[in-house]
Amino acid sequence: MHRHTLAELARLLAARQISSLELTRHLLERARSLNPRLNAFITLDEDKTLAQASAADARLARGEGAALTGIPVAHKDIFLADGWRTTCGSHMLENFVAPYDSFVIERFNDAGAVNLGKTNMDEFAMGSSNETSYFGPVRNPWDEARVPGGSSGGSAAAVAARVSPGATGTDTGGSIRQPAALTGICGLKPTYGVCSRWGMIAFASSLDQAGPLARSAEDCALLLNVMAGHDARDSTSVARPPEDYRRELAKPLAGLRVGLPKEYFGDGVAADVARAVQGAIEELQHLGAHMVEISLPNVKLSVPVYYVIAPAEASSNLSRFDGVRYGHRAGDYGDLNDLYCQSRAEGFGAEVKRRILIGTYVLSHGYYDAYYLQALKVRRLIADDHARAFGEVDVILGATAPSTAFRLGDKTDDPVQMYLNDIFTIAAPLAGLPAMSVPCGFGDTGLPVGLHLVGNYFEEARLLNLAHQYQLATDWHRRAPKGFGD
Amino acid sequence: MNWEIVVGIETHAQLSTQSKIFSGSSTAFGAAPNSQASAIDLALPGVLPTLNRGAVERAIRFGLAVGAVISPRSVFARKNYFYPDLPKGYQISQYELPIVVGGALAIVTPEGEKSIRLTRAHLEEDAGKSLHEDFHGSSGIDLNRAGTPLLEIVSEPDLRGAAEAVAYARTLHALVRWIGICDGNMQEGSFRCDANVSVRPRGSDTLGTRCEIKNLNSFRFLEKAIEYEARRQIELIEDGGKVVQQTRLYDPDQGETRAMRSKEDAHDYRYFPDPDLPPLVVDEAWIERVRGELPELPEAKKARFMRQYGLAAYDAHSLTASREMADYYEATAAALGHDPKIAANWVMGELSAALNRHEIGPEASPIAPEQLASLLARILDGTISGKIAKDVFEALWAGECGGNSDAIIAARGLKQISDTGAIEALVDAVLAANPRSVDEFRAGKDKAFNALVGQVMKASRGQANPAQVNEVLKKKLG
Repeated sequence: MHRHTLAELARLLAARQISSLELTRHLLERARSLNPRLNAFITLDEDKTLAQASAADARLARGEGAALTGIPVAHKDIFLADGWRTTCGSHMLENFVAPYDSFVIERFNDAGAVNLGKTNMDEFAMGSSNETSYFGPVRNPWDEARVPGGSSGGSAAAVAARVSPGATGTDTGGSIRQPAALTGICGLKPTYGVCSRWGMIAFASSLDQAGPLARSAEDCALLLNVMAGHDARDSTSVARPPEDYRRELAKPLAGLRVGLPKEYFGDGVAADVARAVQGAIEELQHLGAHMVEISLPNVKLSVPVYYVIAPAEASSNLSRFDGVRYGHRAGDYGDLNDLYCQSRAEGFGAEVKRRILIGTYVLSHGYYDAYYLQALKVRRLIADDHARAFGEVDVILGATAPSTAFRLGDKTDDPVQMYLNDIFTIAAPLAGLPAMSVPCGFGDTGLPVGLHLVGNYFEEARLLNLAHQYQLATDWHRRAPKGFGD
Repeated sequence: MNWEIVVGIETHAQLSTQSKIFSGSSTAFGAAPNSQASAIDLALPGVLPTLNRGAVERAIRFGLAVGAVISPRSVFARKNYFYPDLPKGYQISQYELPIVVGGALAIVTPEGEKSIRLTRAHLEEDAGKSLHEDFHGSSGIDLNRAGTPLLEIVSEPDLRGAAEAVAYARTLHALVRWIGICDGNMQEGSFRCDANVSVRPRGSDTLGTRCEIKNLNSFRFLEKAIEYEARRQIELIEDGGKVVQQTRLYDPDQGETRAMRSKEDAHDYRYFPDPDLPPLVVDEAWIERVRGELPELPEAKKARFMRQYGLAAYDAHSLTASREMADYYEATAAALGHDPKIAANWVMGELSAALNRHEIGPEASPIAPEQLASLLARILDGTISGKIAKDVFEALWAGECGGNSDAIIAARGLKQISDTGAIEALVDAVLAANPRSVDEFRAGKDKAFNALVGQVMKASRGQANPAQVNEVLKKKLG
């Protein structure tokens, strides 16, 4: 049963050829047996999950099923789900039980989907390898000595290992797309504002965006249909009429203009990754797309700009974790200041502390103009670069990550090397643009390579169209890691 | 040396919205601790603020009332600091781009009217409260107040001395209540002032180093604190010292200000635009709609009262001290139909005195404007004298005879004696009984005449028409 894609399972459920309960039981069993190896889940709660599956079966029996009724979906542990422990990968929230549902969870509940469990992640979504999680690293199903990418590493591993047909993630600088690339699945970060951030624990508010991870573009479209929507509780959520993200899947690619930024095709890309991307370009040409060489002159500044803006916002967003009202409080403290210092020193891991320090520094009196304000200006230039490019092309293409999955521990001592892993994914959230990663082959060591697509604002359907047409012509997305596809 | 005291005031006016500025929780005062703190007010993980447009509307109303510019685009920023009653670890406030820019407020000083320039007014949220009593070694936190909408109104340092500062604060207090954006309750903290005080030699045009005195929640404290602080600074400088820029607290028990923190250990608040809130856009249509809903403002009403009712500037000013007072006066004058001056005298005199005695506003007066007007009509038509009318007023206040002044006059037999024959009889009797006063008057002592009038009035138990008494007496003594 776990070999089916989400779309196939939805059809089986709707036809009542399988029940949600048997599907959910099977996947829960798989999650339990694989978790000691992959560590993809922080929390599994059989009772809650199975209760939802039973309710979904009852709903299907009444003939009131929606597209995802009865489908188990794993959720990144950054989304609050009422009654579920929600840790954000941190000791700070190790025992925090959410008292309300996030918007995304609400939408999945309304659709009748089943919460399969809460997936592992880099602490407070800060990381590109899932090694900063307080609950230990996630392992890549393609090679368990390697990282799955991050920060939505647990969700990516669960989908790649055929534990969950689909999962939610969040993307701030690449946290959906980079793990999707490293685990050989699809991941879509929508336009900023498409999915409400209500109940999604904030890392960098002006960048954070929820999105789906699944094996195929079609599955991503099905998930996004549920996740997207306006929400008055998030002032940055965009009020647009609901759309069916599958509506353009079948459209041929003939005449599609694909931009290849020269900045994304230089020395920074590993040879095996470049080869796989080149293969995808040829396939797309074969399908009728035109390649146009373009330039995004300011994207080379993406990483430094990101590492000013994201930590600045994070330093403020994480101030609420002070040990006063909820979350970790130090067992032993002197005065009030000591309560703050001890609780936060114990509650946060090293990477989170590093980013709080950077963020505090760049917002400080005397540094604000030189760092934060300057970064905002360059952010605008990066957005302008893209706006110019979308005058000439429909989609921008490159590699999602500069290399395939690296070994656990390889980059933990060198934060800058770790940060550079997001070099190709950071520009899209800075500009607020939708972007996705699609499997496009394998590198020298047999590890998956991701193809990165960036679209213009609210053109998720076009990205999904390109990815789907590509997937009709290729089978990279059908390949399972050894031992997980049987 | 002759010193000049320079004061600028920052006022926090709590806006009178039903719910908080970024959440749906109630802003009502006095509820059980934390019963009005939602997930947003508690800053639970994942919550987001949404702006209460009612708070914005009130800020626009204020801006229009003081002739300020309403910014078409203003920005909410985060002011970052750690404190237990600040759940998010930052306060959302407007920093670089406030919603209200400029404007001015006219105050009345002994030297005449003076215009005080305003720097700005911006929207922000209040913090919660730390409770240090009753917790035996710990502190309690009440977040009911967290997220209450505030308008911080900042004046230029245009005020000279404590008296002007108090006049400004009182005028501002009256205005925010007048336009219905703040209940002005100072005990509950709905209107509180910080005073920036500095001194300089008279004639100097550079500002001295200032100290800020925080959280003055009464006009008396404001006055005392500025007086003390100015004296402290002058003495310090005259003794060869220097004023250090500081934040100070006023201790009403000791009547002094004390240093809280100096500029050196001031927080670095790391302000930056709040990414959860898009810039606040206020378009012309919104501004015009609010302008259309604005009540007649105190200055305009004062000018109209002078024009329409022929009132003196002082009277018009007093009667426009609050909207309720002005409404009461206008309703009385309208019901009376003529002689608006007698209405003014009574509203400012008897009525205001009674309201003050009972600590209530005109809107809660047991005597409605129409009732007062019918009482005044009886003075004007000679039924009762002004003196007797005061007794009727007291009876009206107490609700006698169903609040009908005519019924009170009849029941108590207070009708004025205007029958010439009856008055002549009274006068004759008084003249016969007071031959000495008559002699004194004839000897040229005018005072004796008044004494005789008094005797006649006394004999009539106050009911004789005083004008007629005068007339008859003059004739008989003539």
